[in-house]
Amino acid sequence: MSFITKPKVEWSGQRRNPLGLTIRDYEGGMSTLCAGCGHDSVTAALVQAFWELAIKPEQVIKMSGIGCSSKTPAYFLNGAHGFNSVHGRMPSVATGALAAHRDLIAVGISGDGDSLSIGMGQFAHAVRRNINLLYIIENNGVYGLTKGQFSASADPGSKSKAGIENRQQAIDPVAAAISLGGSFAARSFSGDKKQLVPLIKAGLAHPGCAVLDVISPCVTFNDHEGSTKSYAWTREHHESVTVADLVEPAEAIEANYDEGEELPVKLHDDSVIRFRKLEADYDPGDRAHALEYLERHRALGKVVTGLLYRDSDLPEFHQLSGTALQPLRDIEFDCLNPGADALEDLQRKMR
Amino acid sequence: MKPTETGDSEYFHRVVDCQWACPAHTDIPEYIRLIAQGRFTDAYMVNRESNIFPGILGRVCDRPCEPACRRARVDEKPVAICRLKRVAADHKDDIRERLPKVPEKKNGKRIALVGAGCASLAVCNDLMPLGYECTIFERLSVPGGLMRYNIPAFRLPAEVLDEEIGYIIDMGVDLRLNAPVASMKALLDEGYDAVFVGSGAPKGKELNLPGREEGDARIHIGIEWLESVAFGHTKGIGEKVLIIGVGNTAMDCCRTSLRVGAESVKVMARKPRQFFKASDWELEDAEEEQVEIIINHSPKEFVVEDGQLKGMVFEVMEYDIEDGRITDSRVVEETFIEADDVILAIGQETAFPWIERDIGIEFNEWDEPVVDRETYQSTLSGVFFGGDAAFGPENIIWAVEHGHQAAISIHNFVHDKPVTERLPRTVKLSTRKMGIHEWSYSNDFDPAARRQMEHVPLAERFREIDTEVELGFTAEQTACEVERCLNCDIQTVFFDKLCIECDACIDICPTQCLTITPGADNEDALRQELTAPAENTDQPLYISEQLEQTGRLMVKDENVCLHCGLCAERCPTAAWDMQKSFVDIPYARDHDVMPCRQRKTG
Repeated sequence: MSFITKPKVEWSGQRRNPLGLTIRDYEGGMSTLCAGCGHDSVTAALVQAFWELAIKPEQVIKMSGIGCSSKTPAYFLNGAHGFNSVHGRMPSVATGALAAHRDLIAVGISGDGDSLSIGMGQFAHAVRRNINLLYIIENNGVYGLTKGQFSASADPGSKSKAGIENRQQAIDPVAAAISLGGSFAARSFSGDKKQLVPLIKAGLAHPGCAVLDVISPCVTFNDHEGSTKSYAWTREHHESVTVADLVEPAEAIEANYDEGEELPVKLHDDSVIRFRKLEADYDPGDRAHALEYLERHRALGKVVTGLLYRDSDLPEFHQLSGTALQPLRDIEFDCLNPGADALEDLQRKMR
Repeated sequence: MKPTETGDSEYFHRVVDCQWACPAHTDIPEYIRLIAQGRFTDAYMVNRESNIFPGILGRVCDRPCEPACRRARVDEKPVAICRLKRVAADHKDDIRERLPKVPEKKNGKRIALVGAGCASLAVCNDLMPLGYECTIFERLSVPGGLMRYNIPAFRLPAEVLDEEIGYIIDMGVDLRLNAPVASMKALLDEGYDAVFVGSGAPKGKELNLPGREEGDARIHIGIEWLESVAFGHTKGIGEKVLIIGVGNTAMDCCRTSLRVGAESVKVMARKPRQFFKASDWELEDAEEEQVEIIINHSPKEFVVEDGQLKGMVFEVMEYDIEDGRITDSRVVEETFIEADDVILAIGQETAFPWIERDIGIEFNEWDEPVVDRETYQSTLSGVFFGGDAAFGPENIIWAVEHGHQAAISIHNFVHDKPVTERLPRTVKLSTRKMGIHEWSYSNDFDPAARRQMEHVPLAERFREIDTEVELGFTAEQTACEVERCLNCDIQTVFFDKLCIECDACIDICPTQCLTITPGADNEDALRQELTAPAENTDQPLYISEQLEQTGRLMVKDENVCLHCGLCAERCPTAAWDMQKSFVDIPYARDHDVMPCRQRKTG
């Protein structure tokens, strides 16, 4: 970890986004993660994505549970809302926050322990309810805070730093999300911001639960030979099935998209990210096919990355529940709380 | 893309912008750190090593270092490098014990030097400790050259000059005052082993306009007038004074005028302010004293009535300026401005009426001696030039560097070695890592703004002609200003073999200097590919070898690096390290002229 605060400097030549903010205005506190931790790169990618999208920090809520990964929200968007919940319970808090304030741009940050072990049930239901959340799982295959035991995403055959081999099966959050009826599932690598930043933007823009599994190496306990979640192993084995091109707002209106070849995702600033398919036989719109593709490549020892599945027509949580169209705080008090008599009436009807 | 050749000594030297810009390559960050530690004497000695006159230059240097200072690109104003030099000089202890020792047994080589200015003194400083016998011939009754008679005492007190010139003269230089050299031929006939000409550029430029001769009594040549004031021959001037020209000499003339009786002083400039030759700080100091600077006025004639100077007629100019260059100009009107005295400060030139033109010293079409830029030797071997005498007016710090280089040439020449045989500058690197999160330099970025120098109040400063205007930095100002230095000599050194490409350094860099990139076809394209586009093409890119895992390149844009060490602190594999670069600058003493004898070490 660092002991020196990153100084704030107004250097000449700094770029500003349409809000007049520099990228530094999207940062948070000083990271206390290990130097070289993948999670810090995810933080940097989030900072970059929010800055490029020119989102006002106060429009955003960032939530997390417990673990190294769950410290991440402290390190970006100082000006945003936030909630650091108990272990594995981030999806509940997110559901509540979004139920009350549906206009918030919500980011949930979790890890393989927080979401695939203690919080597996919470994860599953956030996905099937399709709450409007960018759900990032910083996945390193170990419990870093408790000194490097295997987590639920550790691959069978992968070795711990002490040389012990993992013999339990791994949960793949992307395959899980697709089979749970999720509307958006993607995977990336903390060491590849060219891929990660567009996926974060697409996840933020997606109306529903966008699960983004980020292989984020633990530099202290899981970056050795024999690990299948190290920088070197991931670099060698990850295979991207999509590549992202940004289409500026002005062009986006005119552009035509070949639905068979590319997936357009419209962003908050009206620009479009076009995810072009790199593998001819890959179809991210076909749930069965996506699962089959993932399984086939897992058996080959490949880590498939990119935008892996998307169905933007699936209704999200508010549509499913038929809730009010505006956030609760925008509803007149009399309407929100019609008084004891109205409650009496309602109860009478239900008798 | 080719990886940066860091074995080449110049790369890391160039990163230290101030030291690179200093003609004498003063180790600025090092002496600023010493001041920060309260080691003023050590800081003074680091300065003296390269620039010889820290007390003098700490007041009147032209400061090529400051416009180059990286700090100016990070928060507007550079570190007050020059005034910190003065802090070292003001607070040092007795340094005489630490001056180079002069051997009692001489080496039998006699050198004649013409003019006791900064260039000649620099040569003596380098050669006396090697056993040379140096004789300086000085036209005036005191040594110091232009430092003495062209720079007024309210900027540079006589005690400071006496002290620092004294350190050199006291090495045993044979200083002959009131001894102008009338003939180079005669001097050469005296059998010296080498001759160094450091006689400056003593001839003020003339302005031949109508009325010049008639008004001669009240029209003065700037540098001659300053000399006359400095030696007490001139004690007064009229109420209304016009200064023609807007260089640093003009600034000295206008401020001196105010101290000898002028009430209203106007500096007349032909062009707009952006074309002024005077340094910004000298202009500011003059304006603080209520000197009026009038732009776009081109002198046309001197108006003299009944033998009495009445003023001058000027043409009011209008300029077309494109990209900072004048493309066209026209006269809008004419105007008369009253004056009792006019001082011409429009430049100065060398003059060598005492050098015979038939003795082998060639002169070019402008009647300047032909001098080699590297060796400072004229076309007559054994005769060297330095300071303003060599290439026309520059400034003190250049003259000092000429002196160092000429000393090397002389040392080679008198020992029958080619004057071109010179050692290169080299750079040594050594890590500044202390513990896991500790560096042995003050790496915290301090956002403080540049400290303002206190001046003597206006009412007080005109009472005596030699009241020094600048008071020097207080202890608090010094403590703050030293921390503004970014320590550019503590280099970010990259070891590609160790990098695991985790991006930690890129994410933590406060000024987005770092990028891991597949590379580009050429440098211009690469500059656009970086995390923050590298628009300042004066600043180099530091490009690594191909990285182990992906074959990509680590690229650092040196432009606004704070040298804060965060990249090195964040790096999990120590692929980045903070290493102090020490530029080893060879002087005459480092040139071994007798190869069979081992050099002493320690």
